[in-house]
Parts: sequence; C-alpha cells; structure tokens
Amino acid sequence: MPTALEDLFTKTKAENRAVLIGFLPAGFPTQKESKAIIKAMIDGGVDAIEIGYPYSDPVMDGPVIQAASEQAIANGVGVDQVFDLLKTSVEYGVPSVVMSYWSPIEKYGAAKFAAAVSDAGGSGVVTPDLTIEESELWKSEASDKSINRIYVVAPSTSQERLPKVSSECSGFIYAASSMGVTGTRSRVSISAKSLVDRIRTTSKTPVAVGLGVSNKEQATEVASYADGVIVGSAFIKIIQEHGAGRSGLKKIKQLAAELSEGVRSAR
Amino acid sequence: MAIDKTSQSMDSSILGHFGPYGGRFVPEALISALDQLNDAHISAQADPSFHAELTELHKTYSGRPSILTDAKRFSEHAGGARILLKREDLNHTGSHKINNVLGQALLTKRMGKSRIIAETGAGQHGVASATAAALFGLECVVYMGEADTKRQALNVARMKLLGATVVPVTQGSKTLKDAINEAMRDWVTNVEDTHYLLGTVAGPHPFPTMVRDFQRIIGVEAREQVLALTGKLPDAVLACVGGGSNAMGIFHPFIGDKAVRLIGLEAGGKGVESGFHAATISGGTPGVLHGTRSYVLQDKDGQTIESHSISAGLDYPGVGPEHAYLNDIGRAEYRPITDDQAMYAFSLLCKSEGIIPAIETAHALAGALEIGNELGKGATLLINLSGRGDKDVQTAAEYFGLPL
Ligand SMILES: Cc1ncc(COP(=O)(O)O)c(C=O)c1O
Repeated sequence: MPTALEDLFTKTKAENRAVLIGFLPAGFPTQKESKAIIKAMIDGGVDAIEIGYPYSDPVMDGPVIQAASEQAIANGVGVDQVFDLLKTSVEYGVPSVVMSYWSPIEKYGAAKFAAAVSDAGGSGVVTPDLTIEESELWKSEASDKSINRIYVVAPSTSQERLPKVSSECSGFIYAASSMGVTGTRSRVSISAKSLVDRIRTTSKTPVAVGLGVSNKEQATEVASYADGVIVGSAFIKIIQEHGAGRSGLKKIKQLAAELSEGVRSAR
Repeated sequence: MAIDKTSQSMDSSILGHFGPYGGRFVPEALISALDQLNDAHISAQADPSFHAELTELHKTYSGRPSILTDAKRFSEHAGGARILLKREDLNHTGSHKINNVLGQALLTKRMGKSRIIAETGAGQHGVASATAAALFGLECVVYMGEADTKRQALNVARMKLLGATVVPVTQGSKTLKDAINEAMRDWVTNVEDTHYLLGTVAGPHPFPTMVRDFQRIIGVEAREQVLALTGKLPDAVLACVGGGSNAMGIFHPFIGDKAVRLIGLEAGGKGVESGFHAATISGGTPGVLHGTRSYVLQDKDGQTIESHSISAGLDYPGVGPEHAYLNDIGRAEYRPITDDQAMYAFSLLCKSEGIIPAIETAHALAGALEIGNELGKGATLLINLSGRGDKDVQTAAEYFGLPL
C-alpha cells in the first residue's frame, strides 16, 4: 500500500505542481507551540510536514536549526515528543515524516523506531547522516513497517554512486541544493537544478529540494523543476524573531501561503 | 618484517569497520571527499616516494626517532617496576600530534587542496596543524571550543603566531566535541579546496585507519628500542586515551605480541560514578558520534552527554572505534584515572625525572603507578609520554595553588 506521502506526490503530479514541505524541530520552542506552528503552516498551504528530532550534534545543520534544536533539548524534548508531534501533524490531515540523525534511532532501536513512526501514522523517515553503506539494518526494519526511507543526495554525489542512493529511497529523494548546511540563503545554488536533472536519469522517484529555500521567488524557481520544495530555517527564524504568539503564527501562515502560491504558479 | 604483518592483519574492510564499530555516518555530501582521501592514503602507502618524503620530514624537521628514557626515580614509586618513557614530548611542537599532521599535510598536497581545517582540544593538534600549514604554504583554520581557548591560551597564541586563524566555538559544551561539529560543517561547505585534518583515530572512515597508520611509528620505534635495551618485550604498554591516537600509535605494533598487555588510561574526571568524567569506554555505551560507531557518553535518547576532565585533550565523549573493538575482544584494557590521580603523577614526574608532562599524558603516568604496583619488581612498563606540559603550566599552578 502506498504511504500518504506517496499518494500526495501522485496527486500533485496530476495537478502539475510541486509539493511544499515544511520542517520544524519537535518541541520548538515548546511542545505545545510546535503544534500551533505546524497548524499555521498547514493553514497557510503547506502540503506535508517534516518533524526534526532535535539532536545534540547536528553536523548537517546551520546556526538557525542548531539553536532551535538546542532550545528544544534544553526543554527536555525526547523521543516521546517527536512521536506525539508526528501523530498530531498526521491528525491535522497532512502526510508527515520524521527527520532524525542516526544516533537517536539506533539508541531507541531501529525496529522500534520504524514501528513507532508507522503507529503514529507517519509516512517515513529522513536520515541525513545514514550512509547507504551503513543502512542494512534500517532497510530491513523500515521495509517491514512499510514506511518510506528517505536519503539525502548532494551535488558531490558521483554519477556512479547516484543510482545506488536513489534506488534506496522511497516517497521522495532529498536533494541538497548546495554543498553546505541548512540555513536560509540569498540564492538557491544553480547546482540544485543540475543535481535534480542528474537524479532524473537514474530514478523515477519524486525529488524534493532542500537547503536554502526561504521565500516565494526561490520556491517558485525550485518548483519549476523539482517535485517538492522543503523549507525549514525560514519558518524557524520567524519564531526566533517574533515568538510563537499570535503575530509569530500569523507570519508563519503568511510565509506558508506565499510559498504555496509559489509552488502553484511555477509551471 | 613481522611487525608490519600484524598491522595489516587488523585492517578492516574498505568501509573501515572494526567488528561492529567504525564505518561512516556522515552527510552524503562528504562521501566523495572521504573516498578521495581514502584513495590518496592507499596510493601513498604503496608509494615509496611518499614514505621517503615523510621519513625525511621526521628526521630533519620533527626530530624522529624519539628517544626512550629509563625513568629510574619515578620507578621507585611504581612498585619497583621498570618504567620506560617513549618521549613524544620531544617532537617538534611538543607532542605526538605532529606525526599524523605531517602525514596528512603531505596527502593534502597530493590531493591538490590548498586549505586545511582542524579541531583542537588541548591545542596541540591545532599547533601541529598550524605548523604544517606554515611549512607547506597552506591556509589553516582551527576550531577550538571557547572553554578550551581559555584553559589553553598559550597554544591559541602559538597558533596565531604560526599564521593560523583560530575560531572559538560557542555552541554546546564549548569544548572539543563542538569544535569537531563546526569543523565538519566547514568541511561540508568547502570540501572542494579544503582537507579536514582530523587529529585523532575517530571520525568516519578512513580517519581511524589513516591516523593510526601515521601514528604507528611510535610503537614501531619503541618496540625496537625496548628490545634493544632490555632484550625482551615489555609486560605492558600504557597510554592515555582521548580520541585514542597516541594510544593506538604505540599499541598497534604490539597487537600480535599476545603476552604484552595493552592498557589505555581514560580521563576519570571526578570519578566515573560522579558522572563528571570523559572515560568513554569505562563509562559509556556503544553508539554513533562524529561519523563513527564506537563507545559514546550518551543518554537513553542517543544524545551526547558532555564530558568533564581537567585535561582539555581528553575531554571528549567519544573514542576511536578500533579501541572499542580491542576492548570488546579483550586485547586491550581501559581504566579511568581521576583528575587528582593524574595531577599527583604529573607532579611526581616533574620532581623525580625533571620532565613536565602534558596533563593528558599524566593520566598514563598515573596508570603506570597503578599497574607498576600491581605487577611489582621485575615488570617492565612502556609508557607513551605523548606530550610536554608547557601549555598546562597555568592549569597546574592553579591546581597546586601556586601564585603566578
Ligand atoms: C599530549 C597529548 N596527549 C594525548 C592527547 C589525546 O589525544 P589522543 O587520545 O588522540 O592521543 C592530546 C590531545 O590533545 C595531547 O595533546
């Protein structure tokens, strides 16, 4: 059976548009407020949610997500909050996935983690530091629970290696737009388009682009060639600057609406 | 040569596994750079001209072979066991770190890269990296936890004098762990022209294997020196363990000598039971940190726990994967040494031998007192004196309450 995430990509393909995916670390700035933020993203037009498992040593993340994760961990966020938020997000009616570094998954137990994602109604897990060489265990545990395994590919991934990674992905392939860590950028790197083109020659799985997309123009540009657009730091920055009260939530919804317009007007 | 066979037999698969440990847990963006580095290392190891160049640097720049010192007066406090010190403190820049740095700097040139980045805790690896960068005309940026820039201020000044840029890291625990995170982020972003010159036998493959290969010279020399001096192998080889590079360097050539005990001394801080320590094998559990699977200090959610040690160079919640493996198969033993035990041994070496050791190294010396008293007269212990203590004068003076 396809996951809700796969169904979403099928649907948007028929609509000839890209999916808009919003990212937020669980428990940021508090568990209750993270639910309200996700709600505001969805109300604004975000199609799917990626929930970050805040981790102590996030080497793929820039200062914005690092600070948000540190704050969440300081608030005591752990695995229970991650699955609670995942469940809430699914109940809000959108396909939802977890993004987690490998350490927390391994510590929790790969099989148990996959089962918990599945039980919460989640569609899959993005694993930014799990190389395909180390993923045997995860592969068997996650396919057992019929959730999507989503790996990241980068502009530096060789043509020879690309099919090895893309063939392990389901739901979507996470294309890192540029060499670097998460964060807002003034321009989305031109390497993003050529990476997506390269992936297309190896796989029919949808491709979503993340890293550095923060505004409508960028979302529109990326949505013209990719199947999905992932936005994280731009949302988090709003909360860091305006808080998660009424005005902050209004701004979240507004950004989501602009990005959503972008992905709908791109083609 | 017999020694070299034992070294190769421990070599793992191309993925750099040591039993269940090691491997690569890194962003995909780094894979091509790690592959390039692994290829460069393998081709250099097979290239006589690389070895010739490195040997020349050892001889004419860093000062190898390092000597062996028979620590007779110190031995009196170690149950009468004979204590032999492998003097890595006499290397240029003052520690074993230069061995690895010179090797990797040559690889950097071979890969055609122009910039190196490094993490440092005690500052010894940062100083060695800055030194090699000056020697080879490379740009050098060193990441150092803000807390460590304070307790190792002398080394910060040395790095700057050598022309390196020192970036204080203010995230997390502001120590070595966070410096490594920042260095990894820099590397992901600038991997095209930048080599990450990692300073210990941790991190993703090929670092644990490659750094060990560059540090093995300590054990290769020491094994010959001990045989020449005493006519037999030592009963035990001791070294302090932070990430584990000086220990792996001296252990590795002895791995095939089954009768020789290999003993790693970890930073026990205020005692493993207190929770304030950096004794990763003695007090940690298997997990993943900084690109490798090994023992890690972490909580039930897999979050890294901050480590504590009086010694900046041992203040790290991870350890090299090959140590984790040697521990599990019972080939090496690991024991914690508290801050107080280390500082007692520090003072004892100063006063009995006229050698001021690094506080990291003092953990190995405290281990020598312990093991010496267990084995008694007739036993011979080989200790890796990994570094000199000039950088620690401030910390030691504060510890002993000396006015400065
Ligand atoms: C003198 C000295 N010894 C030991 C260490 C610990 O590192 P490793 O365990 O990699 O040898 C350091 C690290 O800074 C050091 O400076």
